[in-house]
Amino acid sequence: MSREGTTIRAYPDGPFLVRGPVTVLDGDGNEGEVRRPVVALCRCGRSRTQPLCDGVHGVAGFRCDAASRP
Amino acid sequence: MSAAAAFAPAAHAVSRMRYLPRPRGDVSDALLRGLSVGDAAGLAATPVRPDDPLADDDLHLALFLAYELHYRGLPGVDDEREWDPDALGFRRRLERIVEDALRDAVGREPAPAPEEVPALLRALAREADGPFSRYLERSADLAAFREFLVHRSAYHLKEADPHSFAIPRLAGPPKAAFAEIQADEYGGGDGAWMHSFLFARAMAGLGLDPTYGAYLDRIPGHTLATVNLMSLFGLHRRWRAAAVGHLALFELTSTTPNRRYGNGLRRLGLDADTTRFFDEHVEADAVHEAIAANDLAGGLVRFEPALTGDVVFGARALLLLDDRNAARMMAPWTEGRSSLLPGTAPLPGAFEERGRVA
Repeated sequence: MSREGTTIRAYPDGPFLVRGPVTVLDGDGNEGEVRRPVVALCRCGRSRTQPLCDGVHGVAGFRCDAASRP
Repeated sequence: MSAAAAFAPAAHAVSRMRYLPRPRGDVSDALLRGLSVGDAAGLAATPVRPDDPLADDDLHLALFLAYELHYRGLPGVDDEREWDPDALGFRRRLERIVEDALRDAVGREPAPAPEEVPALLRALAREADGPFSRYLERSADLAAFREFLVHRSAYHLKEADPHSFAIPRLAGPPKAAFAEIQADEYGGGDGAWMHSFLFARAMAGLGLDPTYGAYLDRIPGHTLATVNLMSLFGLHRRWRAAAVGHLALFELTSTTPNRRYGNGLRRLGLDADTTRFFDEHVEADAVHEAIAANDLAGGLVRFEPALTGDVVFGARALLLLDDRNAARMMAPWTEGRSSLLPGTAPLPGAFEERGRVA
């Protein structure tokens, strides 16, 4: 599934995974260090490292199946 | 000089086991003598009858050492021993005992439909959230944290290696997903961010010796069993789907506990170098868990539906051994006792002074 540019994929009951060059800014516009080629963006709203995912959707029981079926 | 270049010599210097552990009974004694003296033929006559095959100190040390021949090797042991038929035959006997006990303890529920695998893995992960990580976040003292890192050093100093054995056993998109996760575990091309190296820095930050195997004498069988499980799954092609299920659940149960461990260390005043291993796992495993559950485990059973039961078995086996391991670490800590075996590798300022260790 190689595609041009940056891709954003929704995962069932989980985050958006962004593959490709991105700059991640927090709510105050501060740039966060992005080392890995894939970052996970929070979709459940509960992450304490916004806009990144911190996995809290799992214990929180976040569900979004219908909207993210590939 | 880049950070990675500066770290490389130090990381390499501590990457090999410096001394063999002491035997814990007839089984590990036979293996150690067989490997170092070269009398592996005598292994066949050694009886193996553990009371608890999933936690036995003697059996799991022997199995851990037998597997170690496939990783970094053992000091004073010829690398030829890795494929010595007598040593392998002995390892196989130990593995069968562990596998039989695992099957009995985990059970074999009917396999779900392949397309249900990612959701089932997420559900298993939700159920797995126990008191252990909260205890470390809120209550554990430095002595308990040091012991926690000593237990975990059996795996994290070779983090990702057991599962990596399974990569060449797969093909196509699940293999690509697997490799994407493992590349990140190995630092994404930067040795300074290799997870095993971040763990060594965390150990050093707590005053522990980060040398590979430095505390092996102190690590009980119930902890070594959690690592032997990964080696068993990784080194046998027939268990490749269990290795995948194990990895998926490992990633799915990683972010929240690691956030708590990092918080616990910050509560105790430790610096960012020491907490980085745990903080990094929150960010990294948020990515890994999505890939592992959906693209790796879900992808594998979409291509090979017959492997669905094994994926779930690998996940359940991890939960079973991790639960037992966590309970056996935590119980002595809450009573102010050491969770480690008595031994000659002392921990700084640990339970030694007030605990049971002579």
